[in-house]
Amino acid sequence: MLTNREELAALRHACENARAQEKKRILVCTGTGCLASGSMEIYNKFVELMKEKNIDCSVELKKDPHSPDVRVVKGGCPGFCELGPLVRLEPQGWLYIKVKVSDCEEIIDRTIVSGELVERLAFKKDGVVYAEKDSIPFYQKQKRVVFEHCGDIDSDSIEEYISVGGYRAFEKALFDMTGDEIVAEISKSNLRGRGGGGFPTGKKWEQVRRQKDPQKYIVCNGDEGDPGAFMDRSVMEDDPHRMLEGMMIAGVACGADTGYIYVRAEYPVAVRKLRHAIEEARELGLLGKNILGTDFSFDIYISRGAGAFVCGEGSALTASIEGKRGFPRVKPPRTTEHGLFDNPTVLNNVETYANVAQIINRGADWYLGIGPSNSPGTKAFALTGNIKNTGLIEVPMGTTLREVIFDIGGGMRGDGEFKAVQIGGPSGACLTKEHLDLPLDFDTLKKVGAMIGSGGLVVMDSNTCMVEVARFFMHFTQNESCGKCVPCREGTKRMLEILERIVAGEGRDGDIELLLELADTISSTALCGLGKSAPNPVVSTIKNFREEYEAHIYEKRCPAGTCQKLKRIVIDPGLCRGCSKCARQCPVGAISGKIKEPFSIDLTKCIRCGSCIATCAFNAIKEG
Amino acid sequence: MNQQLDYAVVDGILAKHGSSHQAIIAILQDIQEVYHYLPQKAFPYLADKMDMSEARIYSVATFYENFSLEPKGKYIIKVCDGTACHVRRSAPILERIRSELGLSEDQKTTDDLSFTVETVACLGACGLAPAVMINDKVHPSMTPDKASALINELKETLKNAD
Repeated sequence: MLTNREELAALRHACENARAQEKKRILVCTGTGCLASGSMEIYNKFVELMKEKNIDCSVELKKDPHSPDVRVVKGGCPGFCELGPLVRLEPQGWLYIKVKVSDCEEIIDRTIVSGELVERLAFKKDGVVYAEKDSIPFYQKQKRVVFEHCGDIDSDSIEEYISVGGYRAFEKALFDMTGDEIVAEISKSNLRGRGGGGFPTGKKWEQVRRQKDPQKYIVCNGDEGDPGAFMDRSVMEDDPHRMLEGMMIAGVACGADTGYIYVRAEYPVAVRKLRHAIEEARELGLLGKNILGTDFSFDIYISRGAGAFVCGEGSALTASIEGKRGFPRVKPPRTTEHGLFDNPTVLNNVETYANVAQIINRGADWYLGIGPSNSPGTKAFALTGNIKNTGLIEVPMGTTLREVIFDIGGGMRGDGEFKAVQIGGPSGACLTKEHLDLPLDFDTLKKVGAMIGSGGLVVMDSNTCMVEVARFFMHFTQNESCGKCVPCREGTKRMLEILERIVAGEGRDGDIELLLELADTISSTALCGLGKSAPNPVVSTIKNFREEYEAHIYEKRCPAGTCQKLKRIVIDPGLCRGCSKCARQCPVGAISGKIKEPFSIDLTKCIRCGSCIATCAFNAIKEG
Repeated sequence: MNQQLDYAVVDGILAKHGSSHQAIIAILQDIQEVYHYLPQKAFPYLADKMDMSEARIYSVATFYENFSLEPKGKYIIKVCDGTACHVRRSAPILERIRSELGLSEDQKTTDDLSFTVETVACLGACGLAPAVMINDKVHPSMTPDKASALINELKETLKNAD
């Protein structure tokens, strides 16, 4: 238990020393992605093998002087999830990909004992071997501020976090700065809310700081519900202390003594790691009463979500923490005045808090030096879909889509051509080829009707049907609509019905106009952000791919060939030998013809079951 | 599946969280963890112990997607249909799993209470799409065939446990 500033400094010194003494480190990624690919088995195997081979190895950072030959660490996620399980080797900085349990022995014998590279496990592209993690093209254009420690430190160890400068910013905020100074520094840095809206964080803190209420709250929104986004999950799992530190600094700045982290139920690993991190901080006395001998008291609690997307909205989130249904309410009053339990509340997103410590440590000017001045800093994106390198990336704001998709993402997967990228999840929009050179920042995207949102980037190729994508998002929002206000509850349902009709080949003349009219009404009258932005995916796909809608409605044709009900099955007369096997197989008698002459399909009878395709010995039947 | 509610279990959960109204979601989550659903008898009991109206508890239980008032299977299979999984074709996987277990959109749990199949909007494992979560374990890069193999494995495990 630390009781004053000097003790924290002494502990930091000891932790830094212990880290410096380590000769070699094996970091096994234990993020959700790599865990699913079996990284825990690999970690255990390493520990077991070290024991067997009698190599002096430790698995935790010890404060007392001890210099093991090797340390095996459950590290966080370096972001390249697709190639997991990932294993990093220090001091070389090598990254091994797709490691199997059977590779562990070779890694120890060759890399740990003899310092050789196991080339087969390194990343390769176009015949070039990229041994060092930082040399891999996926990482080269990235700038990691929020993910700085992800993959480098043991996420289960507060000592490890302290050894890389952790809680230094909190110490500075607590002892060397006044609340006003902290708020001024954050305001100056122009840090904007990473949850999607981009509201200036400093302004929010200032509003809460001004309130006279004795009880204030610091709340973290970890309800990352957008399908296709998982940046916040990674921060919570891999660098939980950094987030806690951000919240604690907010507590000092605003004069709050209680924090809540609202985490969605689908992230069990994040909940476990955060709980552990809070326990560790309490044990050291960094959370609790009279922290480090000052009169500042602060503690953090976890609220686990129960599966309601709308709880990502501020007032619904606070209602959920209060143990109520997650209904949003009319604003104003703002959360900063009447938030959790009706008290002034700072509500920020995970990534926003994760930026705070760095800004306090290095100063606002350093932060302003990254990216454009109206949206400084970096932004984390989850890069997924039909792209070669999927994973988590972090780039300076203002990086173009082209750099993200083609340089970092490595271009399209398979032979499909780039068609669109969906940004911002169910509240966002689709960007197309013409937007590829657009810088990614809050204001530029707003101008083209899109938003950064939480940062999900789902890349789609020419085999993706945009009407179906719109239907997919509308289905999602409709399902998640809380039902409180009519425009969202009824409006999204009507929009979904129309979209379902269109993809089923029953679209009517006037449907597009009706969709746009409904969209306009919902956006202007819905109560909360979820409803207001629900029509965005539809509006943007109509704007950019109107011809696809028209093909579905008027020609009953799906240009991408994915809508099941609009599929046409055709027999290639050049390949058909007229054997009649398909006609006998067809359950509805849609195929007919003369033996030894090409057969044909009556599309009015065809149910598109595909059994004729499976049965044809000459590959003469295709979907088209 | 135990249809009886063990009040001692509920008392234990109440003792852990306290009976302030704020704790209701956490309490319901813990009860569901034990029974895999919320047994009806829990509602009047909680209402009495927590001095809350039964309607209020019921309103919370029905609002959140994670709570189930119907018994669920031993293995809860969540097929991710988030954007990333969707564009990498998660639909055929769901179809295959349902057909392996004889389930449908309307019937989500097998009659012997072994399996429940649901869809989930996003597991946050988009880098490994399409993904399926069985109880708390995420299975990456699924295909319909891999899903069949997984189901058969689980059926085997169940058989051996009997």
